[in-house]
Amino acid sequence: MAEVLVYVDHVDGAVRKPTLELLTLARRIGEPVAVALGAGAEATAAVLAEHGAVKVLTADAPEFSDYLVVPKVDALQAAYAAVSPAAVLLPSSAENKEIGARLAVRIGSGIITDATDLEAGDEGPVATQAAFAASFSTKSRVSKGTPVITVKPNSAPVEAAPAAGTVEALAVTFGALATGTKVTSRTPRESTGRPELTEAAIVVSGGRGVNGAENFHIIEALADSLGAAVGASRAAVDAGWYPHSNQVGQTGKSVSPQLYIASGISGAIQHRAGMQTSKTIVAINKDAEAPIFDLVDYGVVGDLFAVVPQLTDEIKARKG
Amino acid sequence: MSLRIVVCVKYVPDATGDRQFTEDLTVNRDDVDGLLSELDEYAVEQALQIADEADDAEITVLTVGPEDAKDALRKALSMGADKAIHVEDDDLHGSDVMATSLVLAKAIEKAGYDLVITGMASTDGTMGVLPAILAERLGVPQVTLLSEVKVEDGVVTGRRDGDSASEQLEASLPALVSVTDQSGEARYPSFKGIMAAKKKPVESWDLEELEIESDEVGLEGSWTAVDSATQRPARTAGTIVKDEGEGGKSLAEFLAGQKFI
Repeated sequence: MAEVLVYVDHVDGAVRKPTLELLTLARRIGEPVAVALGAGAEATAAVLAEHGAVKVLTADAPEFSDYLVVPKVDALQAAYAAVSPAAVLLPSSAENKEIGARLAVRIGSGIITDATDLEAGDEGPVATQAAFAASFSTKSRVSKGTPVITVKPNSAPVEAAPAAGTVEALAVTFGALATGTKVTSRTPRESTGRPELTEAAIVVSGGRGVNGAENFHIIEALADSLGAAVGASRAAVDAGWYPHSNQVGQTGKSVSPQLYIASGISGAIQHRAGMQTSKTIVAINKDAEAPIFDLVDYGVVGDLFAVVPQLTDEIKARKG
Repeated sequence: MSLRIVVCVKYVPDATGDRQFTEDLTVNRDDVDGLLSELDEYAVEQALQIADEADDAEITVLTVGPEDAKDALRKALSMGADKAIHVEDDDLHGSDVMATSLVLAKAIEKAGYDLVITGMASTDGTMGVLPAILAERLGVPQVTLLSEVKVEDGVVTGRRDGDSASEQLEASLPALVSVTDQSGEARYPSFKGIMAAKKKPVESWDLEELEIESDEVGLEGSWTAVDSATQRPARTAGTIVKDEGEGGKSLAEFLAGQKFI
Protein backbone atom coordinates (compact mmCIF):
# COMPACT_ATOMS: atom_id res chain seq x y z
CA MET A 1 0.00 0.00 0.00
CA ALA A 2 1.22 3.50 -0.84
CA GLU A 3 2.73 5.60 1.90
CA VAL A 4 1.32 9.03 2.72
CA LEU A 5 3.39 11.65 4.52
CA VAL A 6 1.54 13.40 7.32
CA TYR A 7 3.11 16.53 8.77
CA VAL A 8 2.59 16.64 12.53
CA ASP A 9 1.45 19.76 14.38
CA HIS A 10 2.53 19.46 17.97
CA VAL A 11 3.52 21.61 20.93
CA ASP A 12 6.52 20.13 22.76
CA GLY A 13 5.37 16.62 21.93
CA ALA A 14 1.65 17.16 22.52
CA VAL A 15 -0.02 16.39 19.17
CA ARG A 16 -2.78 18.78 18.22
CA LYS A 17 -6.17 17.37 17.33
CA PRO A 18 -6.17 18.38 13.61
CA THR A 19 -3.19 16.07 13.04
CA LEU A 20 -5.11 13.13 14.51
CA GLU A 21 -8.07 13.98 12.26
CA LEU A 22 -5.68 14.07 9.33
CA LEU A 23 -4.48 10.54 10.10
CA THR A 24 -8.10 9.37 9.64
CA LEU A 25 -8.15 10.90 6.14
CA ALA A 26 -4.63 9.72 5.32
CA ARG A 27 -5.66 6.10 5.91
CA ARG A 28 -8.21 6.43 3.10
CA ILE A 29 -5.41 6.93 0.60
CA GLY A 30 -2.54 4.94 2.04
CA GLU A 31 -0.35 4.11 5.01
CA PRO A 32 0.43 7.21 7.10
CA VAL A 33 4.08 8.00 7.75
CA ALA A 34 4.22 10.91 10.21
CA VAL A 35 6.89 13.62 10.24
CA ALA A 36 7.41 15.33 13.59
CA LEU A 37 9.96 18.12 13.94
CA GLY A 38 11.43 20.15 16.78
CA ALA A 39 11.50 19.80 20.55
CA GLY A 40 9.48 16.82 21.76
CA ALA A 41 9.23 15.25 18.30
CA GLU A 42 9.89 11.72 19.58
CA ALA A 43 7.27 12.09 22.29
CA THR A 44 4.59 12.32 19.61
CA ALA A 45 5.14 8.74 18.46
CA ALA A 46 2.83 6.92 20.88
CA VAL A 47 -0.33 8.88 20.07
CA LEU A 48 0.49 8.92 16.33
CA ALA A 49 0.85 5.13 16.40
CA GLU A 50 -2.51 4.77 18.18
CA HIS A 51 -4.08 6.69 15.30
CA GLY A 52 -2.55 4.80 12.43
CA ALA A 53 1.00 6.04 11.81
CA VAL A 54 3.05 3.07 10.62
CA LYS A 55 6.23 5.06 10.99
CA VAL A 56 7.21 8.33 12.69
CA LEU A 57 10.15 10.26 11.27
CA THR A 58 11.59 12.72 13.77
CA ALA A 59 14.21 15.45 13.70
CA ASP A 60 15.21 18.20 16.08
CA ALA A 61 17.65 21.04 15.56
CA PRO A 62 17.89 24.64 16.74
CA GLU A 63 17.19 25.82 13.19
CA PHE A 64 13.53 24.80 13.51
CA SER A 65 12.86 27.47 16.11
CA ASP A 66 15.56 30.02 15.29
CA TYR A 67 14.55 30.56 11.67
CA LEU A 68 11.22 30.90 9.89
CA VAL A 69 9.53 28.08 7.93
CA VAL A 70 12.36 27.05 5.55
CA PRO A 71 14.22 24.65 7.91
CA LYS A 72 10.95 22.73 8.27
CA VAL A 73 10.63 22.63 4.47
CA ASP A 74 14.14 21.19 4.24
CA ALA A 75 13.16 18.49 6.74
CA LEU A 76 9.88 17.64 5.02
CA GLN A 77 11.74 17.43 1.73
CA ALA A 78 14.21 15.00 3.32
CA ALA A 79 11.26 12.89 4.49
CA TYR A 80 9.75 13.07 1.01
CA ALA A 81 13.01 11.85 -0.52
CA ALA A 82 13.26 9.02 2.02
CA VAL A 83 9.69 7.78 1.55
CA SER A 84 8.54 8.61 -2.04
CA PRO A 85 4.95 9.02 -0.83
CA ALA A 86 1.72 9.03 -2.83
CA ALA A 87 0.71 12.31 -1.17
CA VAL A 88 1.87 14.82 1.43
CA LEU A 89 -0.78 16.03 3.88
CA LEU A 90 -0.57 18.88 6.37
CA PRO A 91 -3.12 20.26 8.82
CA SER A 92 -4.13 23.71 7.51
CA SER A 93 -2.65 26.59 9.45
CA ALA A 94 -0.95 29.71 8.21
CA GLU A 95 2.54 28.29 8.77
CA ASN A 96 1.77 24.78 7.56
CA LYS A 97 0.34 26.15 4.33
CA GLU A 98 3.62 27.99 3.76
CA ILE A 99 5.61 24.83 4.48
CA GLY A 100 3.48 22.78 2.10
CA ALA A 101 3.62 25.45 -0.60
CA ARG A 102 7.41 25.66 -0.62
CA LEU A 103 7.74 21.88 -0.62
CA ALA A 104 5.32 21.70 -3.56
CA VAL A 105 7.47 24.08 -5.63
CA ARG A 106 10.61 22.10 -4.83
CA ILE A 107 9.18 18.73 -5.77
CA GLY A 108 7.36 20.09 -8.82
CA SER A 109 3.88 19.37 -7.47
CA GLY A 110 0.56 21.11 -7.31
CA ILE A 111 -0.91 22.18 -4.00
CA ILE A 112 -4.47 22.23 -2.69
CA THR A 113 -5.22 24.12 0.52
CA ASP A 114 -8.00 24.04 3.11
CA ALA A 115 -9.57 20.79 1.97
CA THR A 116 -12.64 19.86 3.99
CA ASP A 117 -12.69 16.25 2.86
CA LEU A 118 -10.42 13.82 1.07
CA GLU A 119 -11.07 10.58 -0.78
CA ALA A 120 -9.12 8.22 -2.99
CA GLY A 121 -9.75 8.73 -6.72
CA ASP A 122 -8.65 7.08 -9.97
CA GLU A 123 -6.18 9.88 -10.61
CA GLY A 124 -5.06 10.41 -7.03
CA PRO A 125 -6.67 11.92 -3.96
CA VAL A 126 -9.74 14.09 -4.56
CA ALA A 127 -10.14 17.06 -2.23
CA THR A 128 -13.35 18.87 -1.39
CA GLN A 129 -13.01 22.62 -0.81
CA ALA A 130 -15.36 25.48 -0.08
CA ALA A 131 -15.21 28.40 -2.52
CA PHE A 132 -16.63 31.92 -2.69
CA ALA A 133 -17.47 32.29 0.98
CA ALA A 134 -18.54 28.65 1.05
CA SER A 135 -21.37 29.24 -1.42
CA PHE A 136 -19.75 26.60 -3.66
CA SER A 137 -18.24 23.24 -2.98
CA THR A 138 -15.51 22.13 -5.38
CA LYS A 139 -13.73 18.86 -5.99
CA SER A 140 -10.12 19.17 -7.10
CA ARG A 141 -7.02 17.11 -7.52
CA VAL A 142 -3.36 17.69 -8.10
CA SER A 143 -2.58 16.97 -11.74
CA LYS A 144 1.20 17.24 -11.62
CA GLY A 145 3.65 15.67 -9.21
CA THR A 146 2.90 14.27 -5.77
CA PRO A 147 -0.24 15.87 -4.32
CA VAL A 148 0.46 18.29 -1.48
CA ILE A 149 -2.79 18.95 0.37
CA THR A 150 -3.56 20.93 3.51
CA VAL A 151 -6.71 19.98 5.38
CA LYS A 152 -8.86 22.17 7.60
CA PRO A 153 -9.43 21.23 11.24
CA ASN A 154 -12.74 19.47 11.97
CA SER A 155 -12.77 17.78 8.55
CA ALA A 156 -12.77 14.21 9.87
CA PRO A 157 -13.37 12.35 13.11
CA VAL A 158 -10.43 11.25 15.24
CA GLU A 159 -10.36 7.45 15.05
CA ALA A 160 -8.13 4.99 16.86
CA ALA A 161 -6.34 2.59 14.47
CA PRO A 162 -3.33 1.07 16.20
CA ALA A 163 -0.24 0.76 13.99
CA ALA A 164 3.44 0.13 14.48
CA GLY A 165 4.54 3.74 14.85
CA THR A 166 8.20 2.82 14.58
CA VAL A 167 10.33 5.86 15.35
CA GLU A 168 13.12 6.66 12.94
CA ALA A 169 15.51 9.59 13.06
CA LEU A 170 15.33 11.72 9.94
CA ALA A 171 18.63 13.10 8.63
CA VAL A 172 18.20 16.72 7.55
CA THR A 173 20.67 18.90 5.68
CA PHE A 174 19.77 22.56 5.82
CA GLY A 175 20.11 24.53 2.59
CA ALA A 176 21.39 28.07 2.14
CA LEU A 177 17.88 29.56 2.37
CA ALA A 178 17.15 27.90 5.72
CA THR A 179 18.78 30.66 7.73
CA GLY A 180 17.38 33.52 5.64
CA THR A 181 14.78 34.77 8.07
CA LYS A 182 15.85 34.88 11.69
CA VAL A 183 13.37 34.74 14.55
CA THR A 184 14.93 37.30 16.89
CA SER A 185 12.35 36.91 19.65
CA ARG A 186 9.22 34.95 20.39
CA THR A 187 6.48 35.88 22.84
CA PRO A 188 4.10 32.99 23.48
CA ARG A 189 0.46 33.95 23.33
CA GLU A 190 -1.07 33.96 26.78
CA SER A 191 -3.32 30.95 27.14
CA THR A 192 -6.95 31.72 27.91
CA GLY A 193 -7.54 28.09 28.83
CA ARG A 194 -10.15 27.97 26.07
CA PRO A 195 -9.86 25.71 23.01
CA GLU A 196 -7.98 26.96 19.96
CA LEU A 197 -10.43 28.85 17.73
CA THR A 198 -9.85 26.91 14.51
CA GLU A 199 -9.96 23.53 16.27
CA ALA A 200 -12.86 24.08 18.64
CA ALA A 201 -16.02 21.98 18.35
CA ILE A 202 -18.07 24.97 19.47
CA VAL A 203 -17.37 28.64 18.72
CA VAL A 204 -19.20 31.55 20.34
CA SER A 205 -18.65 34.86 18.54
CA GLY A 206 -19.49 38.45 19.31
CA GLY A 207 -19.82 41.36 16.92
CA ARG A 208 -20.79 44.99 16.70
CA GLY A 209 -23.84 44.37 18.87
CA VAL A 210 -21.62 43.54 21.86
CA ASN A 211 -20.96 47.26 21.90
CA GLY A 212 -17.65 47.49 23.75
CA ALA A 213 -14.67 45.50 25.02
CA GLU A 214 -16.10 45.68 28.52
CA ASN A 215 -19.13 43.63 27.41
CA PHE A 216 -17.23 40.74 25.86
CA HIS A 217 -17.26 38.92 29.20
CA ILE A 218 -20.89 38.05 28.38
CA ILE A 219 -19.71 36.22 25.26
CA GLU A 220 -16.84 34.61 27.17
CA ALA A 221 -19.18 33.39 29.91
CA LEU A 222 -21.41 31.69 27.33
CA ALA A 223 -18.34 30.16 25.66
CA ASP A 224 -17.07 28.84 28.99
CA SER A 225 -20.43 27.28 29.84
CA LEU A 226 -20.11 25.24 26.62
CA GLY A 227 -16.33 24.66 26.68
CA ALA A 228 -16.18 26.74 23.50
CA ALA A 229 -13.68 29.05 21.82
CA VAL A 230 -14.42 32.76 21.51
CA GLY A 231 -14.54 34.45 18.13
CA ALA A 232 -15.15 38.01 17.06
CA SER A 233 -16.35 39.72 13.91
CA ARG A 234 -14.13 42.16 12.07
CA ALA A 235 -16.22 45.06 13.35
CA ALA A 236 -15.51 44.05 16.95
CA VAL A 237 -11.80 43.53 16.23
CA ASP A 238 -11.40 46.78 14.30
CA ALA A 239 -13.06 48.62 17.19
CA GLY A 240 -10.36 47.17 19.44
CA TRP A 241 -12.80 45.15 21.56
CA TYR A 242 -11.16 41.77 20.96
CA PRO A 243 -7.77 40.57 19.62
CA HIS A 244 -7.24 39.99 15.91
CA SER A 245 -6.17 36.41 16.64
CA ASN A 246 -9.84 35.71 17.43
CA GLN A 247 -11.25 37.25 14.26
CA VAL A 248 -13.51 34.98 12.24
CA GLY A 249 -13.94 35.82 8.57
CA GLN A 250 -12.30 36.46 5.26
CA THR A 251 -9.37 38.42 6.69
CA GLY A 252 -9.24 36.39 9.89
CA LYS A 253 -9.69 32.73 10.71
CA SER A 254 -11.89 30.30 8.94
CA VAL A 255 -13.73 28.00 11.35
CA SER A 256 -15.83 24.92 10.79
CA PRO A 257 -17.11 23.81 14.18
CA GLN A 258 -20.03 21.54 15.07
CA LEU A 259 -21.82 24.56 16.54
CA TYR A 260 -21.36 28.27 15.81
CA ILE A 261 -23.18 30.84 17.93
CA ALA A 262 -23.16 34.39 16.52
CA SER A 263 -24.17 37.14 18.90
CA GLY A 264 -24.69 40.69 17.69
CA ILE A 265 -23.26 39.81 14.29
CA SER A 266 -25.18 40.89 11.21
CA GLY A 267 -23.52 38.33 8.92
CA ALA A 268 -21.78 40.32 6.19
CA ILE A 269 -20.35 38.18 3.37
CA GLN A 270 -16.84 38.65 4.80
CA HIS A 271 -17.90 37.09 8.09
CA ARG A 272 -19.88 34.34 6.41
CA ALA A 273 -16.75 33.39 4.46
CA GLY A 274 -15.18 32.35 7.74
CA MET A 275 -18.00 30.39 9.34
CA GLN A 276 -20.48 29.23 6.73
CA THR A 277 -19.24 25.63 6.78
CA SER A 278 -20.15 25.29 10.46
CA LYS A 279 -22.45 22.30 10.97
CA THR A 280 -25.07 23.98 13.15
CA ILE A 281 -25.47 27.76 13.19
CA VAL A 282 -27.27 29.77 15.83
CA ALA A 283 -27.67 33.55 15.98
CA ILE A 284 -28.90 36.15 18.39
CA ASN A 285 -29.52 39.60 16.93
CA LYS A 286 -31.85 42.53 17.54
CA ASP A 287 -32.33 43.08 13.82
CA ALA A 288 -34.77 40.55 12.36
CA GLU A 289 -33.54 41.51 8.87
CA ALA A 290 -29.86 40.66 9.60
CA PRO A 291 -28.49 38.39 6.83
CA ILE A 292 -27.11 35.98 9.43
CA PHE A 293 -30.69 34.73 9.95
CA ASP A 294 -30.63 33.31 6.39
CA LEU A 295 -28.01 30.82 7.57
CA VAL A 296 -29.26 29.76 10.94
CA ASP A 297 -30.68 26.53 12.21
CA TYR A 298 -32.05 28.48 15.15
CA GLY A 299 -32.24 32.23 15.57
CA VAL A 300 -33.41 34.49 18.33
CA VAL A 301 -34.47 38.00 17.42
CA GLY A 302 -33.70 39.88 20.59
CA ASP A 303 -31.28 41.84 22.71
CA LEU A 304 -28.12 39.83 23.26
CA PHE A 305 -27.68 41.45 26.68
CA ALA A 306 -30.87 39.69 27.79
CA VAL A 307 -30.70 36.51 25.71
CA VAL A 308 -27.04 35.52 26.13
CA PRO A 309 -26.90 35.66 29.96
CA GLN A 310 -30.20 33.78 30.17
CA LEU A 311 -28.83 31.14 27.80
CA THR A 312 -25.62 30.88 29.84
CA ASP A 313 -27.56 30.42 33.08
CA GLU A 314 -29.80 27.82 31.50
CA ILE A 315 -26.83 25.84 30.16
CA LYS A 316 -25.17 25.92 33.57
CA ALA A 317 -28.37 24.80 35.24
CA ARG A 318 -28.82 21.94 32.77
CA LYS A 319 -25.23 20.84 33.20
CA GLY A 320 -25.75 20.98 36.96
CA MET B 1 21.04 53.88 -3.38
CA SER B 2 17.57 53.48 -4.59
CA LEU B 3 15.26 50.96 -2.93
CA ARG B 4 13.30 49.10 -5.59
CA ILE B 5 9.99 47.86 -4.25
CA VAL B 6 7.67 45.63 -6.27
CA VAL B 7 4.14 45.21 -4.91
CA CYS B 8 2.15 42.27 -6.29
CA VAL B 9 -1.57 42.96 -6.48
CA LYS B 10 -4.60 41.04 -7.68
CA TYR B 11 -7.79 42.09 -9.38
CA VAL B 12 -10.59 40.08 -7.80
CA PRO B 13 -14.35 39.77 -8.19
CA ASP B 14 -16.17 41.82 -5.57
CA ALA B 15 -17.03 39.48 -2.70
CA THR B 16 -20.38 41.17 -2.20
CA GLY B 17 -21.41 40.21 -5.75
CA ASP B 18 -22.92 36.90 -6.82
CA ARG B 19 -19.70 35.04 -7.63
CA GLN B 20 -19.98 32.08 -9.98
CA PHE B 21 -17.84 29.63 -11.91
CA THR B 22 -17.80 29.50 -15.71
CA GLU B 23 -18.21 26.32 -17.73
CA ASP B 24 -14.50 25.53 -17.64
CA LEU B 25 -14.67 25.85 -13.84
CA THR B 26 -12.61 29.05 -13.73
CA VAL B 27 -13.84 32.17 -11.96
CA ASN B 28 -16.53 34.03 -13.86
CA ARG B 29 -15.14 37.54 -14.19
CA ASP B 30 -17.84 38.94 -16.47
CA ASP B 31 -20.87 39.13 -14.24
CA VAL B 32 -19.36 40.60 -11.09
CA ASP B 33 -17.42 43.84 -10.76
CA GLY B 34 -13.74 43.47 -10.11
CA LEU B 35 -11.56 45.52 -7.82
CA LEU B 36 -8.13 45.65 -6.19
CA SER B 37 -8.12 42.89 -3.57
CA GLU B 38 -8.64 44.60 -0.24
CA LEU B 39 -5.79 42.67 1.34
CA ASP B 40 -3.41 44.01 -1.32
CA GLU B 41 -4.26 47.59 -0.36
CA TYR B 42 -2.39 46.93 2.87
CA ALA B 43 0.65 45.84 0.86
CA VAL B 44 0.54 49.06 -1.19
CA GLU B 45 0.17 51.08 2.01
CA GLN B 46 3.22 49.48 3.64
CA ALA B 47 5.23 50.00 0.46
CA LEU B 48 4.33 53.68 0.55
CA GLN B 49 5.33 53.96 4.19
CA ILE B 50 8.63 52.14 3.62
CA ALA B 51 9.34 54.37 0.61
CA ASP B 52 8.63 57.46 2.71
CA GLU B 53 11.30 56.39 5.20
CA ALA B 54 13.86 55.54 2.53
CA ASP B 55 16.19 58.14 1.00
CA ASP B 56 15.21 57.14 -2.47
CA ALA B 57 12.69 54.50 -3.37
CA GLU B 58 10.61 53.48 -6.32
CA ILE B 59 7.40 51.47 -6.08
CA THR B 60 6.28 49.32 -8.98
CA VAL B 61 2.91 47.59 -8.78
CA LEU B 62 2.62 44.35 -10.68
CA THR B 63 -0.38 42.29 -11.63
CA VAL B 64 -1.11 39.25 -13.77
CA GLY B 65 -4.62 39.27 -15.16
CA PRO B 66 -7.04 40.15 -17.93
CA GLU B 67 -7.50 43.59 -19.47
CA ASP B 68 -9.73 44.79 -16.60
CA ALA B 69 -6.95 44.10 -14.10
CA LYS B 70 -5.54 47.49 -15.09
CA ASP B 71 -8.16 48.93 -12.72
CA ALA B 72 -6.32 47.37 -9.79
CA LEU B 73 -3.06 48.92 -11.00
CA ARG B 74 -4.73 52.34 -11.38
CA LYS B 75 -6.00 52.15 -7.82
CA ALA B 76 -2.51 51.39 -6.51
CA LEU B 77 -1.03 54.17 -8.64
CA SER B 78 -3.61 56.62 -7.33
CA MET B 79 -2.63 55.64 -3.78
CA GLY B 80 0.92 56.71 -4.65
CA ALA B 81 2.85 53.92 -6.38
CA ASP B 82 5.21 55.18 -9.10
CA LYS B 83 4.66 52.83 -12.00
CA ALA B 84 2.90 49.65 -12.98
CA ILE B 85 3.43 46.45 -14.91
CA HIS B 86 0.53 44.48 -16.31
CA VAL B 87 1.22 40.95 -17.48
CA GLU B 88 -1.56 40.02 -19.85
CA ASP B 89 -1.81 37.10 -22.24
CA ASP B 90 -4.74 35.01 -23.44
CA ASP B 91 -2.81 31.87 -22.59
CA LEU B 92 -2.86 32.82 -18.88
CA HIS B 93 -6.57 32.01 -18.54
CA GLY B 94 -7.15 29.45 -15.81
CA SER B 95 -3.66 29.58 -14.28
CA ASP B 96 -3.48 28.16 -10.75
CA VAL B 97 -1.21 29.44 -8.00
CA MET B 98 1.83 27.56 -9.30
CA ALA B 99 1.44 28.91 -12.84
CA THR B 100 0.64 32.44 -11.66
CA SER B 101 3.59 32.48 -9.28
CA LEU B 102 5.90 31.46 -12.12
CA VAL B 103 4.76 34.46 -14.14
CA LEU B 104 5.05 36.81 -11.17
CA ALA B 105 8.55 35.57 -10.34
CA LYS B 106 9.78 36.07 -13.91
CA ALA B 107 8.21 39.53 -14.06
CA ILE B 108 9.70 40.54 -10.70
CA GLU B 109 13.14 39.42 -11.85
CA LYS B 110 12.79 41.27 -15.11
CA ALA B 111 11.62 44.44 -13.33
CA GLY B 112 14.46 44.30 -10.81
CA TYR B 113 13.80 44.50 -7.04
CA ASP B 114 15.20 44.79 -3.56
CA LEU B 115 11.92 44.15 -1.79
CA VAL B 116 8.74 42.39 -2.88
CA ILE B 117 5.57 43.09 -0.90
CA THR B 118 2.28 41.18 -1.16
CA GLY B 119 -0.95 40.92 0.78
CA MET B 120 -1.43 37.90 3.06
CA ALA B 121 -3.89 36.20 0.64
CA SER B 122 -6.23 37.07 -2.19
CA THR B 123 -9.84 37.65 -1.25
CA ASP B 124 -11.07 35.27 -3.97
CA GLY B 125 -8.90 32.16 -3.80
CA THR B 126 -7.86 32.84 -0.17
CA MET B 127 -5.12 30.20 -0.25
CA GLY B 128 -2.45 32.38 1.36
CA VAL B 129 0.42 30.41 -0.16
CA LEU B 130 1.56 32.71 -2.97
CA PRO B 131 4.01 34.76 -0.83
CA ALA B 132 5.88 31.63 0.33
CA ILE B 133 5.91 30.21 -3.19
CA LEU B 134 7.28 33.46 -4.61
CA ALA B 135 10.04 33.54 -1.99
CA GLU B 136 10.94 29.97 -2.90
CA ARG B 137 10.96 30.73 -6.61
CA LEU B 138 12.99 33.92 -6.17
CA GLY B 139 15.37 32.30 -3.69
CA VAL B 140 15.03 35.13 -1.16
CA PRO B 141 14.04 35.16 2.52
CA GLN B 142 10.30 35.14 3.25
CA VAL B 143 9.25 37.57 5.95
CA THR B 144 5.55 36.84 5.89
CA LEU B 145 2.27 37.59 7.64
CA LEU B 146 3.60 40.75 9.23
CA SER B 147 1.43 43.05 11.28
CA GLU B 148 4.35 45.51 11.56
CA VAL B 149 7.16 46.03 9.09
CA LYS B 150 10.22 48.26 8.84
CA VAL B 151 13.15 48.49 6.43
CA GLU B 152 16.43 50.05 7.49
CA ASP B 153 19.98 49.73 6.18
CA GLY B 154 19.16 46.85 3.90
CA VAL B 155 17.45 44.85 6.64
CA VAL B 156 13.74 44.14 6.95
CA THR B 157 12.27 43.53 10.39
CA GLY B 158 8.71 42.79 11.37
CA ARG B 159 6.26 41.20 13.73
CA ARG B 160 4.40 38.02 12.84
CA ASP B 161 1.44 37.23 15.05
CA GLY B 162 0.92 33.50 14.90
CA ASP B 163 -1.59 31.27 16.63
CA SER B 164 0.64 30.34 19.51
CA ALA B 165 3.21 33.14 19.59
CA SER B 166 4.16 36.55 18.34
CA GLU B 167 7.54 36.51 16.63
CA GLN B 168 10.00 39.25 15.69
CA LEU B 169 11.63 38.49 12.36
CA GLU B 170 14.68 39.81 10.59
CA ALA B 171 16.12 39.27 7.10
CA SER B 172 18.52 40.97 4.75
CA LEU B 173 17.37 42.39 1.43
CA PRO B 174 16.52 41.26 -1.15
CA ALA B 175 13.51 39.74 0.57
CA LEU B 176 9.81 39.05 0.20
CA VAL B 177 7.34 40.48 2.71
CA SER B 178 3.63 39.78 3.10
CA VAL B 179 1.48 41.92 5.37
CA THR B 180 -1.83 41.32 7.15
CA ASP B 181 -4.82 43.62 7.51
CA GLN B 182 -3.41 44.53 10.93
CA SER B 183 -0.38 46.29 9.42
CA GLY B 184 -2.13 49.65 9.20
CA GLU B 185 -5.16 51.04 7.45
CA ALA B 186 -4.70 51.69 3.75
CA ARG B 187 -5.03 55.31 2.63
CA TYR B 188 -7.76 56.50 0.30
CA PRO B 189 -6.54 57.91 -2.98
CA SER B 190 -6.77 61.70 -3.02
CA PHE B 191 -8.22 63.58 -5.98
CA LYS B 192 -4.68 64.70 -6.77
CA GLY B 193 -3.52 61.09 -6.59
CA ILE B 194 -6.25 59.95 -8.94
CA MET B 195 -5.37 62.65 -11.47
CA ALA B 196 -1.64 61.91 -11.18
CA ALA B 197 -2.24 58.17 -11.66
CA LYS B 198 -3.59 58.80 -15.15
CA LYS B 199 -0.16 60.02 -16.23
CA LYS B 200 1.91 57.28 -14.58
CA PRO B 201 3.42 54.64 -16.84
CA VAL B 202 1.74 51.23 -17.16
CA GLU B 203 3.83 48.72 -19.06
CA SER B 204 2.21 45.68 -20.65
CA TRP B 205 4.15 42.45 -20.88
CA ASP B 206 3.13 39.17 -22.43
CA LEU B 207 4.46 35.63 -21.99
CA GLU B 208 6.95 35.96 -24.82
CA GLU B 209 8.57 38.93 -23.13
CA LEU B 210 8.97 36.86 -19.98
CA GLU B 211 10.27 33.85 -21.91
CA ILE B 212 7.49 31.64 -20.63
CA GLU B 213 6.01 28.95 -22.85
CA SER B 214 2.23 28.88 -23.14
CA ASP B 215 2.08 25.27 -21.89
CA GLU B 216 3.67 26.36 -18.59
CA VAL B 217 0.59 28.41 -17.68
CA GLY B 218 -3.18 28.49 -18.08
CA LEU B 219 -5.42 25.50 -17.49
CA GLU B 220 -2.98 23.23 -19.33
CA GLY B 221 0.09 24.38 -17.42
CA SER B 222 -1.53 24.36 -13.99
CA TRP B 223 -0.58 21.71 -11.49
CA THR B 224 -4.06 21.32 -10.06
CA ALA B 225 -7.40 20.60 -11.71
CA VAL B 226 -10.92 21.41 -10.57
CA ASP B 227 -13.24 18.55 -11.51
CA SER B 228 -16.51 19.99 -10.26
CA ALA B 229 -18.01 23.04 -8.61
CA THR B 230 -21.44 22.73 -7.07
CA GLN B 231 -23.44 25.53 -5.58
CA ARG B 232 -24.17 24.55 -2.02
CA PRO B 233 -27.87 24.22 -1.43
CA ALA B 234 -29.17 27.24 0.45
CA ARG B 235 -29.50 26.28 4.08
CA THR B 236 -33.02 25.23 4.80
CA ALA B 237 -34.86 27.87 6.75
CA GLY B 238 -34.27 27.35 10.42
CA THR B 239 -36.48 28.22 13.34
CA ILE B 240 -36.50 31.89 14.23
CA VAL B 241 -38.13 33.07 17.42
CA LYS B 242 -38.65 36.53 18.80
CA ASP B 243 -37.40 37.02 22.32
CA GLU B 244 -40.26 37.87 24.63
CA GLY B 245 -38.39 37.10 27.80
CA GLU B 246 -37.70 33.40 27.19
CA GLY B 247 -35.38 33.61 24.14
CA GLY B 248 -32.32 32.31 26.00
CA LYS B 249 -34.28 29.40 27.44
CA SER B 250 -35.74 28.40 24.08
CA LEU B 251 -32.26 28.50 22.56
CA ALA B 252 -30.99 26.28 25.39
CA GLU B 253 -33.83 23.87 24.63
CA PHE B 254 -32.77 23.75 20.97
CA LEU B 255 -29.10 23.17 21.91
CA ALA B 256 -30.09 20.41 24.32
CA GLY B 257 -32.17 18.78 21.58
CA GLN B 258 -29.10 18.83 19.33
CA LYS B 259 -27.04 17.25 22.15
CA PHE B 260 -24.77 20.26 22.56
CA ILE B 261 -25.66 20.49 26.24
